[in-house]
Amino acid sequence: MEIGNLLRGSPDGIDVRGPGVLCSFDVFGVTINLTETVVISWGIILVVALLLNWITKDMKTKDISKKQVVAEWIVSTVYGLVDDTMGKHWHNFAPYIGALFTFSITGSLVSMLGLRSVTADFNAPLTWALVTFVLIHGTNIKTHGIGGYLKGYIDPVPVMLPINILSELATPVSMSLRHFGNVVSGMVITSLLYFALSAVTKSIGVAFMTIGIPAVASLYFDLFSGFMQAFVFIMLTMAYISNADGRNEE
Amino acid sequence: MENNELMARAIVLGASALGAGTAMIAGIGPGIGEGYAVGKACESIGRQPESSGAVTRTMFIGCAVAESTGIYGLLVALLLMFANPFINKISG
Repeated sequence: MEIGNLLRGSPDGIDVRGPGVLCSFDVFGVTINLTETVVISWGIILVVALLLNWITKDMKTKDISKKQVVAEWIVSTVYGLVDDTMGKHWHNFAPYIGALFTFSITGSLVSMLGLRSVTADFNAPLTWALVTFVLIHGTNIKTHGIGGYLKGYIDPVPVMLPINILSELATPVSMSLRHFGNVVSGMVITSLLYFALSAVTKSIGVAFMTIGIPAVASLYFDLFSGFMQAFVFIMLTMAYISNADGRNEE
Repeated sequence: MENNELMARAIVLGASALGAGTAMIAGIGPGIGEGYAVGKACESIGRQPESSGAVTRTMFIGCAVAESTGIYGLLVALLLMFANPFINKISG
């Protein structure tokens, strides 16, 4: 029994890396990297699209099949959530929210298949947050007009202009960093735990620790945290977008 | 000369490890804040059990927002541990 192994750690160290670059090519002098994230995202899109295509095939109005019940449940849940949170006049907004939620949760859960989480790459949540950012400002311009929108920046007093701009810019940054930080912290903590437990196993010689404990940790970090962050992301998206619109103030 | 550089790297690595640990003090604030929020949510569910769905949803959103300062601290710690920005500043 070598307790020294526990303190010294393994010679390989802990392996925490960014997403691997599969290949990169130049387009007009700009290097474009085809990373793991991109490939896995396209895989997710393909699988989800095929699944949805299969689930919505042969829709009927009478004696419906089991998969149609599931499809109807998904659609009515998403529409119900959007109606509850944003109000009835945002009914048409549900597909974006549903797509965001599906992409986020499958992107986090893909780590259970042994692939790298899409959301553990800062680019993915940042992209979603930027889309939301554009939607927030688009909604604002649409409801208040370009003059009213610009007037919103000098709302109480013109001195507030830099602070208002900063707080608008902080929205996508904090949204994306929250999602990314949660997922990547789960990844790092799981690998630290695995590392520590394998050191214990090495010093004792029996592999009883590495089997159970990481599974429980990954259940929390992957399943619960992945679901929670996807939910929080869409809730914040809905809150910000419906806030940008004056209609909810009644 | 070589020894000096080794010493400098050792100091930077040690200080980075200390900094990573210190950055995680940021976890205290969200912990207290979220605990308080959850306690209040339990209280209000006890008072009005029929509104538990809305209360829980709002509480989770509030928790996630309160958590972001802790997440920033965590990101600083992760940067110092795995992508140390200072170690390459040492020139021999």
